[in-house]
Amino acid sequence: MTNLILIIVTTALVNNVVLSQFLGICSFLGVSKQIKTSASLGAAVTFVIGIASAVAYLLYNFVLVPFDLTYLQTIVFILVIAALVQLVEMFLKKTSPALYQALGIFLPLITTNCAVLGVALTNVQNQYSFIESVISGVGTGLGYTLSIVLLASIRTRIDESTIPVPFRGMPIVLLSAALMAIAFMGFSGLAI
Amino acid sequence: MKSYLQLIYNGVIKENPALILMLGMCPTLAVTTSATNGFGMGVSTMAVLVFSNLLISLLRKIIPDAVRLPAFIVVVASLVTIVEMITQAYMPALYESLGLYIPLIVVNCIILGRAEAFASKNGPVASIFDGIGMGLGFTIALVIIGFLREFIGSGAAFGIQILPESYPGIGIFTNAPGAFMVMAFVVAVMNKLNIKTRANEVVEDCDGCCAHCHKCPSKEKEV
Repeated sequence: MTNLILIIVTTALVNNVVLSQFLGICSFLGVSKQIKTSASLGAAVTFVIGIASAVAYLLYNFVLVPFDLTYLQTIVFILVIAALVQLVEMFLKKTSPALYQALGIFLPLITTNCAVLGVALTNVQNQYSFIESVISGVGTGLGYTLSIVLLASIRTRIDESTIPVPFRGMPIVLLSAALMAIAFMGFSGLAI
Repeated sequence: MKSYLQLIYNGVIKENPALILMLGMCPTLAVTTSATNGFGMGVSTMAVLVFSNLLISLLRKIIPDAVRLPAFIVVVASLVTIVEMITQAYMPALYESLGLYIPLIVVNCIILGRAEAFASKNGPVASIFDGIGMGLGFTIALVIIGFLREFIGSGAAFGIQILPESYPGIGIFTNAPGAFMVMAFVVAVMNKLNIKTRANEVVEDCDGCCAHCHKCPSKEKEV
């Protein structure tokens, strides 16, 4: 149990997927204009990473390892993620229109979000068990949600202040991210 | 011949993928802790890009339109696996320092973006030159950012100490925050010099990844 809590803390805070691993930067910078959209994207990412970690674990350990095909992991994982996102999208559309309304538009974007593939590969590297893989996926998603919502809140404040002209737009956002990353470096004290 | 040089100029200067189009931000920020790492990542990406452009251009009449994206992804993923194996076998030090980011070349938007925007519409030779141009542009951008971070962070360049030993080094620049900071200043300087970047346009409702995005820059232009 402590082990699982440790994994959540590590993936969500210490090795924050965006601010220390640089995965999913595109959407982090791109879709962080409003808090509400950011939160929905975060939820969608958490959902997809959780499922993708589970499926990737099963495929890796029950298909790739027995057939000695582990070198195919990159190809298999990316295809599985792409197919999975399509499936989740269709499934949500049929069963839960409300959830689809909230998450739907973000789902196609997530296929190319490197965080999903990154987590699947890290799980294999760390030789996590099934439960550990899913927990680490969800933890990563939570870390992503936390940082994108924080950035969105900072950006709504930035919109109301005067910024030197060359820094308007992307540079000030990158600088805010830099300051957030410094704050998150503090969490490395938690690493055991 | 002139149009091929044009393609390379286009990739390196006019539409530099990392600095002007703001594509492939993950590796741009993640592996540029030193100029050498930036160079290694740039060259690996360029290798994948050149061969994926070539293969996709050769296959462009065979791949049905409806399934082109999955087909492109398979081609790119196979090439990335090959590059990964080669680096692991012949350049273990580089493999060690790039780590996870080598397999993640698969999801680098530059590669799928060029496949979609250029290679699927142009002949193999032009596609190779487009790959070389874009790959060179990406490599140069990564080396510049890696150099700045390494130089400010430890007073060295390409692993060779340049500033006197008494320079303490600003360690944070070789850590995660330094990547965001250097990138922020690079874009700010480009804004100041009135070099038009896509930094402020690409991003709305877009993952930065052109496979799914209709507003993305690489969809608009066909050479």
